[in-house]
Amino acid sequence: MTHPTELPPKSELGVVGWARKNLFSTWYNALLTLVVSYLVISSAIPLFKWLFLEATFTGETASDCSGEGACWLFISQRLNFFIYGFYPDTLQWRIDIMFGLLALAFVPQFIERFPGRKWFGLFGVTGLPIIGYILIPGGWFGLEEVPSNKWGGLMLTLILAYVGILAALPIGTVLALGRRSEMPIIRGICVVFIEVWRAVPLITVLFMASVMLPLFLPEGVSFEKLMRALIGITLWQSAYMAEVVRGGLQAIPRGQYEAASALGLGYWRKMGLIVLPQALTLVIPGIVNTFISLFKDTTLVLIIGLFDILGAVQSTVTDPAWQNVAIEGYVFVAFCFWIFCFGMSRYSQNLERKLDTGHRT
Amino acid sequence: MKKIISFAAAATLAGGMLAAGSASAATTLESVKERGNLKCGVTSGLPGFSQPDDKGNWTGIDVDTCRAIAAAIFGDGSKVEFTPLTAKERLTALQSGEIDVLSRNTTWTLTRDVSLGLNFTGTNYYDGQGFLVRKDIGVDDAKQLDGATVCIQAGTTTELNLADYFRSNDMSFKPIVFDTSEQTVQGFSSDRCDVLTSDRSQLAALRSKLDDPDSAVILPNIISKEPLGPVVRQGDDQWFNIVKWSLFTQINAEELGITQDNVDEMKKSENPEIQRLLGTSGDMGEKLGLSADYGYRIVEQVGNYGEMYDRNVGPDTPLGLERGLNALWTDGGIMYAPPVR
Repeated sequence: MTHPTELPPKSELGVVGWARKNLFSTWYNALLTLVVSYLVISSAIPLFKWLFLEATFTGETASDCSGEGACWLFISQRLNFFIYGFYPDTLQWRIDIMFGLLALAFVPQFIERFPGRKWFGLFGVTGLPIIGYILIPGGWFGLEEVPSNKWGGLMLTLILAYVGILAALPIGTVLALGRRSEMPIIRGICVVFIEVWRAVPLITVLFMASVMLPLFLPEGVSFEKLMRALIGITLWQSAYMAEVVRGGLQAIPRGQYEAASALGLGYWRKMGLIVLPQALTLVIPGIVNTFISLFKDTTLVLIIGLFDILGAVQSTVTDPAWQNVAIEGYVFVAFCFWIFCFGMSRYSQNLERKLDTGHRT
Repeated sequence: MKKIISFAAAATLAGGMLAAGSASAATTLESVKERGNLKCGVTSGLPGFSQPDDKGNWTGIDVDTCRAIAAAIFGDGSKVEFTPLTAKERLTALQSGEIDVLSRNTTWTLTRDVSLGLNFTGTNYYDGQGFLVRKDIGVDDAKQLDGATVCIQAGTTTELNLADYFRSNDMSFKPIVFDTSEQTVQGFSSDRCDVLTSDRSQLAALRSKLDDPDSAVILPNIISKEPLGPVVRQGDDQWFNIVKWSLFTQINAEELGITQDNVDEMKKSENPEIQRLLGTSGDMGEKLGLSADYGYRIVEQVGNYGEMYDRNVGPDTPLGLERGLNALWTDGGIMYAPPVR
């Protein structure tokens, strides 16, 4: 006896088989498939035409844009402004270095087998901010000083998000621990801090920082507007972060705390070695979610006159020399945000897989 | 609760006074000179008034007004640090000393001049609110707009002016409010409304954004006075004078026919008025606390008022605004500066 070696009928195999099974299994499924594919195709074709086929990519001035498709010329002509803001042309290499280092620190994190990628990541959260602090504003080691009102565009968006994210995680963790502390004063302070900052919208915080704060400060003591915004964003973000981390802390079974105590560990070692590593791993999706929403919330600095990438685009789309370039501008901004947010999301999934301890089902 | 509110109000007031009061510790001119640049508040993007260009350089009539002040002080019009400000924070930024001069499309009104601790130094652009209407509704005067639907941008004084105008003329209108100027134009071009209202300096730019600009016309009516000009803090008269006279110098230069191109030849002029303005005779600069050739520097670096106007908003720019009210008094406008004597 031999087993039959014939393949299943052709109609059950490959694309045809898959389509038969999934798209055309019954008459109403078939109808639905046809209607939906008509809708998708009929809207995708004009979109594709507008984005690529009829769009203008090359040229010099506004008059080179055909008017039919998108005018990407507007973006490429102003790309420098959208990325660096008012940062002086001759000093933009400093920002380029920072972009390079940022990529160097975080791109390896996506490559599973990259040698020593942990160290690159560590550099990203320690060395990178220090280099940035020296290189971007200048004024040290003979570097020409560039005041913060010259910063703008994508670079400013990244600075705001990076500082907010980097500072909020440790502050938020401390706040979360404080809120679960058994010492009433510390607990009280943390609860009040979290509830106050979490209860106000970010836009209010920024407004207070930019409009009210200067009035209260004595003459001569004045922070730069960017610094005030950064402090506001960080405090606001750390309140959110605290609640996310607290969620993780609460998910750790009581036995873990007791076991750590039974081993004779003190408070800090118990938290640092046993509880927090587990708690933070559990809430990675929550943490990254907060990061992504912060990244997008940075666009709110627009209302205090800082030129993040959205502000830079918005201030130039009204240029009467160009016809109706608002859509192109906003599509470009959306694309930039998508790249970074999608990157963060992929990274968090990566991390979850790596740190998976079997809690996930 | 009431107590807390009144305490907060008192604290705010005291804070505001403290900031305003102590601003005169060092004169503004001294601190500007020590810092080495002028801090100037501008809009974050308004065509013709202040907007970053392709290279990220600020351009516009408000920007040039600040450059002229820097040229008068330092002899170098590039020594300005521009701070983009939103409409809401502009006055606080000036009161708190974050900027030295506000040149941000700000209308000179009694309330702002009198009760906020600020001084308006003059007018660099006489604006007014106007109407853009579709040609096919066949209207050629704003008085015929009874019952019209009007597109407006929210939160601006234009909304208030519009209501006042229609009420005082006993007409009715239906407002359609949008958030940004792009949306307002979109609303107008998609036939949501018959009329779009905004400052006349912006109507031409908005009209050029329409798919078919020829389908709309700007009505001749002006329904509000909007004199726009630089603002300084109260309590520093020397600084007030410098800002005021740097604009007057530009207007006088146009009247005397001094331009960026001929300013060097004009230095040899026998005309005593020109000599005084350019600093070849007299001690006008010294009286202001500036160098003698401050007038020469302004014209050399920024140009006279007419050049500044033509470069930024004039007929050859995309905004294409005729001089109108902003022409010199000798040409039928109301731009008039006191003499340099």
